[in-house]
Amino acid sequence: MANEPVIRAEGLSVRFGSRTVFKDVSFEVRRGEIFVILGGSGCGKSTLLKALIGLVPLAAGHAWLLGEEIAKEDDRARRALLRRIGVMWQSGALFGSMTLAENVELPLEEHTDLPRPAREAVASSKLGLVGLGDAAGRLPAEISGGMAKRAGIARAMALDPPLLFLDEPSAGLDPITSAGLDKLIKDIARDTGTTFVVVTHELQSILAIGDRCIMLDKDAQGMIAEGDPRKLKAESTHPTVRAFFRREAA
Amino acid sequence: MDPTPGMATARIEAQTEGESRVLRATGRLDTEAAARLWPTAMKAAEGAPIVALDLAGLEAIDSAGAVMLLTAAPDAELRGAPDHAVALLERTRKALGTIPPPGPPAPWHPITAIGRATVNRGRDTVAGIAFIGEAVVTTLRVLTRPRLLRLADVLRHLDEVGTRAFPLTLLLGFLIGVILAYQSSIPLRRFGAEVFVPNLVGISLLRELGPLLAGVVLAGRTGSAFAAELGTMTVNEEVDALKIMGVDATAMLVLPRLVAATIAMPVLALLMNVAGLAGMTLIMGTLGYPWASVQSQLQQWLSLQDLAGGLFKAACFGLVIAGIGCRAGLSAGRGPRAVGDAATAAVVGGIVAIVVMDGVFAVLFFRLGI
Repeated sequence: MANEPVIRAEGLSVRFGSRTVFKDVSFEVRRGEIFVILGGSGCGKSTLLKALIGLVPLAAGHAWLLGEEIAKEDDRARRALLRRIGVMWQSGALFGSMTLAENVELPLEEHTDLPRPAREAVASSKLGLVGLGDAAGRLPAEISGGMAKRAGIARAMALDPPLLFLDEPSAGLDPITSAGLDKLIKDIARDTGTTFVVVTHELQSILAIGDRCIMLDKDAQGMIAEGDPRKLKAESTHPTVRAFFRREAA
Repeated sequence: MDPTPGMATARIEAQTEGESRVLRATGRLDTEAAARLWPTAMKAAEGAPIVALDLAGLEAIDSAGAVMLLTAAPDAELRGAPDHAVALLERTRKALGTIPPPGPPAPWHPITAIGRATVNRGRDTVAGIAFIGEAVVTTLRVLTRPRLLRLADVLRHLDEVGTRAFPLTLLLGFLIGVILAYQSSIPLRRFGAEVFVPNLVGISLLRELGPLLAGVVLAGRTGSAFAAELGTMTVNEEVDALKIMGVDATAMLVLPRLVAATIAMPVLALLMNVAGLAGMTLIMGTLGYPWASVQSQLQQWLSLQDLAGGLFKAACFGLVIAGIGCRAGLSAGRGPRAVGDAATAAVVGGIVAIVVMDGVFAVLFFRLGI
């Protein structure tokens, strides 16, 4: 259904042993929007992302991606669902023994019947899209951290998934590359209707690309704000939200 | 691209317009369609140039579809394309435009390859000598300032290198003793000399096999662990951080491992010997030779010199294996692959080194009459 949210999270809680990372987190992500999960260091942003895609078990709650609850799917359905999701990891998570082009080709090889020249051309186009057209033959050990992140995005986009998760895409990048990446995310969302879930604490990126956001807080062990980041910046009266957007020390 | 029900199956066909041609694509041109239509599109690209892409009938397209069209007709104008398709095609065209054309493969010249390999080997040798020099200088410094050697680290490595290797060493030693006793009893029985099996096995174990096999255990188990641990630290820039903090990386990381391996190896060799002799004694018992007979043969034929020579060799093996492991780890490149390469280099280098050293010791002991 067109109006069905791409992601629906209800009462999500994650615990590591006796430590609660967050509890009772609920939100919806609509088709085509750029949704930002923000918050300070250690508040559980990346853990929430991993919980949504089924890598971290939920202590409570339910999460539906593209209308399906990943935790309840059997292996085949889970695999089919994962094919429709792309994830860019914080460090890029590129495979060290493969060139960048081979890294991007891997999901195409695994999930499609494209002939080799087609896979190579698609991989080249994805790398070109993130500005790594001339680095396709290099190994991950031969590139910088920023380049690894961009290659990670290219790999996440290899199958044109309707839902892309990006974990700290612009952290550690120079302002020009970071702004370029923000523009790329906006362009892809606009042109293809891809839904983005971006985990970040980069204020400029949040304000530049975020359609809506939720904010997690370590002390509150959960969500403390939800809405348009620009409105939150201008109107929120919550002291942590104000401090975050105004870059004030706690 | 998410599947949308009700869309038409993609089709492509080339149509002639005067002296040029137009490639028409219709339906839903997604990855699956691109996989199916790729050969057709590439065939259509042969012959007269395609001047335009007629995309009026296009319902949906993803990047694989866009790449297929642009590979078949890279410079064609777009006709009747929906807005989303125009944006995707233009972005893909721009992205593909940044890919440099593949250069000619580098020619392979045997002389150049041999020269390069020689230079690399020379550099490795120089780096190895520098590592040894650094270790010697640090050892001398530690002798004057013992505080530099971290006793806690030495004990930790002694536990890892020694105590935890005891069960494996005992098992291997026992089995080697059993195997040697059985194998040597067969030819010796022909000459009625089965009683000399303990002599043969005892000398083999104490002088050669005990230290050598303990060395193989150490290289496989500990040399690789040293290389992987230090390699990971190198990759994570922890070694650089130590150097910048003014901490002597050799004293902190290398020396405790060298000391631990040098101390632990004679103990492992001794355990290997004892377990081997126990295995041999068991087999001799099954062949009808009582414990007293075996003990008598061993006492007559084995000397303290045999044992001491073997344990001295074992200490030297320990030092060299630990050194090779540490050097492999500290000279690791970047990335997870570098750690694997370092571990492999440590194991291979360690085993080759102890066999070579064993040969040198054999000649040396023979000349010295030991």
